[in-house]
Amino acid sequence: MSTYALRRILQTIPIILIISILLFIMVRAAPGGPLTAARRNPNITEEQIQKLEEQLGLNRPIHVQYLDWVGKMLRGDMGQSIKFRRPVSEMIGERIPNTLLLVGLSFLVTLLIALPIGILSALKPYSLFDYIATTITFLGQSLPVYWLGLGLILVFYVTLKNPFTGNPLFPGGSMNTFGKEGDLLDTLWHLVLPVTALSLGWAAWYSRFLRSSMLDVLHEDYIRTAYAKGLSKRAVNYSHALKNAILPLVTLMALDLPALFAGALFVETIFSWPGMGRLFWDAARGRDYPVLLGVVMITAVLIIGANILADLAYGLLDPRVKYE
Amino acid sequence: MSELGKSVIKEQSMTRLIIRRFFKHRLAGFAITVLMILILSAVFAYLSPYTPTQQEPINSFKSPSAEHWFGTDELGRDIFTRILYGGRVSLTVGLFSSFSSILIGVIVGALSGYYGGWLDSILMRVTDAFLTFPTLFVLILLGAFLREQPIPWLKNSVLVVIIIISVLSWMWTARLVRSLFLVLREREFIVAAHAVGTSNARIILRHILPNCVGPIMVSGTLQMAYAIIMESGLSYLGFGVQPPTPTWGSILSTAQVHVFKAPWLAFYPGLMIFITVMAINYIGDGLRDAFDPFVIHTGTK
Repeated sequence: MSTYALRRILQTIPIILIISILLFIMVRAAPGGPLTAARRNPNITEEQIQKLEEQLGLNRPIHVQYLDWVGKMLRGDMGQSIKFRRPVSEMIGERIPNTLLLVGLSFLVTLLIALPIGILSALKPYSLFDYIATTITFLGQSLPVYWLGLGLILVFYVTLKNPFTGNPLFPGGSMNTFGKEGDLLDTLWHLVLPVTALSLGWAAWYSRFLRSSMLDVLHEDYIRTAYAKGLSKRAVNYSHALKNAILPLVTLMALDLPALFAGALFVETIFSWPGMGRLFWDAARGRDYPVLLGVVMITAVLIIGANILADLAYGLLDPRVKYE
Repeated sequence: MSELGKSVIKEQSMTRLIIRRFFKHRLAGFAITVLMILILSAVFAYLSPYTPTQQEPINSFKSPSAEHWFGTDELGRDIFTRILYGGRVSLTVGLFSSFSSILIGVIVGALSGYYGGWLDSILMRVTDAFLTFPTLFVLILLGAFLREQPIPWLKNSVLVVIIIISVLSWMWTARLVRSLFLVLREREFIVAAHAVGTSNARIILRHILPNCVGPIMVSGTLQMAYAIIMESGLSYLGFGVQPPTPTWGSILSTAQVHVFKAPWLAFYPGLMIFITVMAINYIGDGLRDAFDPFVIHTGTK
């Protein structure tokens, strides 16, 4: 197990290397770099631009810049934001908890919706409930998260008002009401709409997946064996079938993480939620390279880490899986 | 000669069987009609009395009426017309990027599954690397990067979007095709083909690949839905197809600014994305059902 874990971690080194080289070359080779604004400014002379280039180290050969960047990365130094003149690691560090809060909570809500729907659909396939659930989840799957987010703002922020105070029913953006920074309840209140936007589509996917996974498992031999032993339907469904049906969900969720982060980027942009997605979007509009590289690398590492964990967890949960 | 004739008739009847099965799925039949209407309305968009960029500032923010079916935006442009033209972009991106991502996926998956060994190891490591990309982040980066290159044909932002979406979405097809090939290459008819000295290329193309058509087509519909959602999303964020070309995503993005004043602006483009994606998903569902007995028959499932 531990050798497998070690090998699995070692395997990711070339992957991280490939990603980092590709991204670095791509972003650094792009013309109209970080000094575009300075170049357009008629008050800044060519000499000053060269000085700026030297200061930022942009005039060195690209491979030197890359190695320099990797060395710094390993030490946790991701450079400075060109726009804000602040360490990138600090900026990302501020945003990571917010994104993880949003994504984590959405994961939880997704499961809370998907599990009962998927299980009930599979236990009574082709029933009225199954029919309605299948139709609704099909609609949910096709709903673009950015449209859903706008729709939620339109309904719960613009249109519906709190009957007592006359304020919008739910906050339509940001993390806290002004002057209530750090208030957890207030933050949760602000999370209602973003989490709904992010989790509905996923709940649709997972309930469909769980339904078919559960249906597959219910046809397995060991389910028949369990019945033959005289176990009740309830015991078979919940402690034999469900356990096995949920297993593939672990791998699926890890694989879906990039898409979940993508959804988070949309939701954070729409609801001005101060997370990594919003940071990335702002940085991309300003071509703030160090920030862009930092965010992509950090998300890639998070995703790779989650995949390794999912692989290991799968082995612990399913004794049939053997590590070579 | 007569042998050949027979086999042609048989092949046709299989296709017909699948088409008949497909239309038995009533919603899939309906979905294909909807998609056809969407495609035709995008093709014949020029029949509209307005043009997508024609501005009439006096008529800005008109709510839907007989004159302007879906209303007008902040510059007085007819939203209905803009949505018709936007459909051209979305459907083109959907069709072409699903096609090219399937092509890459089939090539990678077929080589990997058929030859195995070191080729398989390398290709699958590359696939894994692509799967761990934070896709949308890289799409945004690539979109900005490619468009800034001093190469004229890259200025065509529709093409750029098609390329970057295909490059980042072939992995699922590759894995699927690889798993199909792993099973099929062990089967008797392939062993027999080897025994009579059929070349590898011929076995891959004529013996194994036709048996994978069903799952590949289903995966193609998924890719198309994904591509349309991604294109609209990218344009919505401002990193996809650039103005003045109207797209569903960019119309939605301007609508966001005016959501208080003109909520219908946000409603229609999103609805179009929703309907299109749903139609494609239902077509995929119908295809899955239509091919399913066939898949079980060849033992790939």
